[in-house]
Amino acid sequence: MSSYFAFFGDNAALLAELTLVHILLSVFALAVAVVLAIPLGAWIGHLHRFSFAVVSVGNVLRSLPTLAIIAIGLALYGFGIINITVALVILGFPLVLTNTFTAVEGVDPGTVEAARGMGMTGWQILTRVELPSAIPLISSGIRTSWVYIVATAYLATFAGQQGTLGDIISNIEGYGLSGVLAAATISILLAFAGDALLGLAERALTPTGLRLLAERTPAADAEPAPAAPAAA
Amino acid sequence: MSETTPTSRTGTERPAADIVFDHVTKRYPGQQTPALDDLSMTVPAGETCCLVGPSGGGKTTAMKLVNRLIDFESGDITIGGQSIRSVDVTTLRRDIGYVIQQVGLFPHMTIAGNIGVIPGLLGWSRDRIKKRTDELLDLVRLDRSFASRYPAQLSGGQQQRVGLARALAVDPPVMLMDEPFGALDPITRTEIQDEFLNLESEISKTVIFVTHDIDEAIKMGDRIAVLRQGGVLAQYGTADELLAHPADEYVADFVGADRGLKRLSLRRMREVVAGGDGASNGASPYADAPSVDADATLRIGLSTLFASGAPAVQVTDGGRLLGTVTLDQLQDAVAGSSS
Repeated sequence: MSSYFAFFGDNAALLAELTLVHILLSVFALAVAVVLAIPLGAWIGHLHRFSFAVVSVGNVLRSLPTLAIIAIGLALYGFGIINITVALVILGFPLVLTNTFTAVEGVDPGTVEAARGMGMTGWQILTRVELPSAIPLISSGIRTSWVYIVATAYLATFAGQQGTLGDIISNIEGYGLSGVLAAATISILLAFAGDALLGLAERALTPTGLRLLAERTPAADAEPAPAAPAAA
Repeated sequence: MSETTPTSRTGTERPAADIVFDHVTKRYPGQQTPALDDLSMTVPAGETCCLVGPSGGGKTTAMKLVNRLIDFESGDITIGGQSIRSVDVTTLRRDIGYVIQQVGLFPHMTIAGNIGVIPGLLGWSRDRIKKRTDELLDLVRLDRSFASRYPAQLSGGQQQRVGLARALAVDPPVMLMDEPFGALDPITRTEIQDEFLNLESEISKTVIFVTHDIDEAIKMGDRIAVLRQGGVLAQYGTADELLAHPADEYVADFVGADRGLKRLSLRRMREVVAGGDGASNGASPYADAPSVDADATLRIGLSTLFASGAPAVQVTDGGRLLGTVTLDQLQDAVAGSSS
């Protein structure tokens, strides 16, 4: 146990460097996933079409083992930063996609009909009515996605990209059990810290009217709890 | 049209426009019978037309054709002489107030935000939107402090008042209302119906009002269009015409076997007492009779008469006795006007 704590002190500089790269990689992958998933999910939710296809593709992507994606990637584009980034984006993308799609599609039909009837264009309905109403659910998708990505980013080492906490986690021979535990601990803390930060952003971004609505009808608050960090 | 500025308090600068259905037929794909079958009727400017009929009678379809939420194949609809197909659909809709049963307020916007959506999209200045919002809150009898609240903080009745205000924001000449008061409790419903009637007397709008409730149609409509299965117009006329002379069995059935009683709701005690014998004679032999307000309907007069067992009721106007009305006079008033 003492060696576990000692590890932090003895390797502070290394841990700090690996943690920073770990964060940068995770943030970048999350950003790409979000940038791809929100427009697509919003568009499909707005159209109220292709829902079966989206849910199916989402489920398939979600069930793909990340290691398998890395292995397939090795054949397609080799080792390195691209490989791990693609794998992490594929991991995070479906969560944001399905949540965005579900949230936009689930906006009260009466509200959308009123908007249409009073002369809002499809784009105005999407940007001024549907997306603002969808913020809480989209945000919960992003938070869960972050937890998954940050907890999986250690696989960078297996994708041939050095510099993340994976360097320690995958090298028990070199760093010992205390080293692996220390790196895993940091990975878990990153998951929680990111989730908390995003939670603050969600609070700030969620329109007051929606919070009041959720408070009035607790059953309508369909925000799923973030998944537990699947740290290695 | 959307450039016009409502300047007066109630925004009556924009005149109401008539709505004409000209041989309009709507058939949904894969359905044998049309939803609306060769509908022709004119709703004169400033009047309220209630569309009634069974589910599947096409009343909501007919209404939604007007703002092109549903498109039709044959015939034409004109507003103020202009075909709705000749106007850009967004422009068309912004000139038509739209009120639905679910209200459909935007939950993330304040009341002021909701009312100001279309004015904002039309590029009105903040000051102008603020001024208009205050006017509209006054008009629908909500305190101006509601402007900064959110829909979730309002009762159903209050929400529908905001729905009305939002629909009136750019002072549209035409309003479409789809069972607007259908989700409200009976007391709130009556209250908001009465207020809407009041409001309509202040602002001139051509209104198409869909309801499944014939009593509401009689109360709210200058004219009533009764539709039947297959979207066929069974009869179109004033409430009194429908009740006194239903076109056929179907309409008679629809307006109800108690249509004689319903006609009593269409007239006020004031009208009968003014025309009645000895109405001006304050020293009537019925000094002990119960009194009824001059603005009460004949139905309430009759009810008062029956409840008290008296031979007549006294009609008062703000405490002043106008005269008395007997059961015979009530009967004459209704039976007489039907011929």
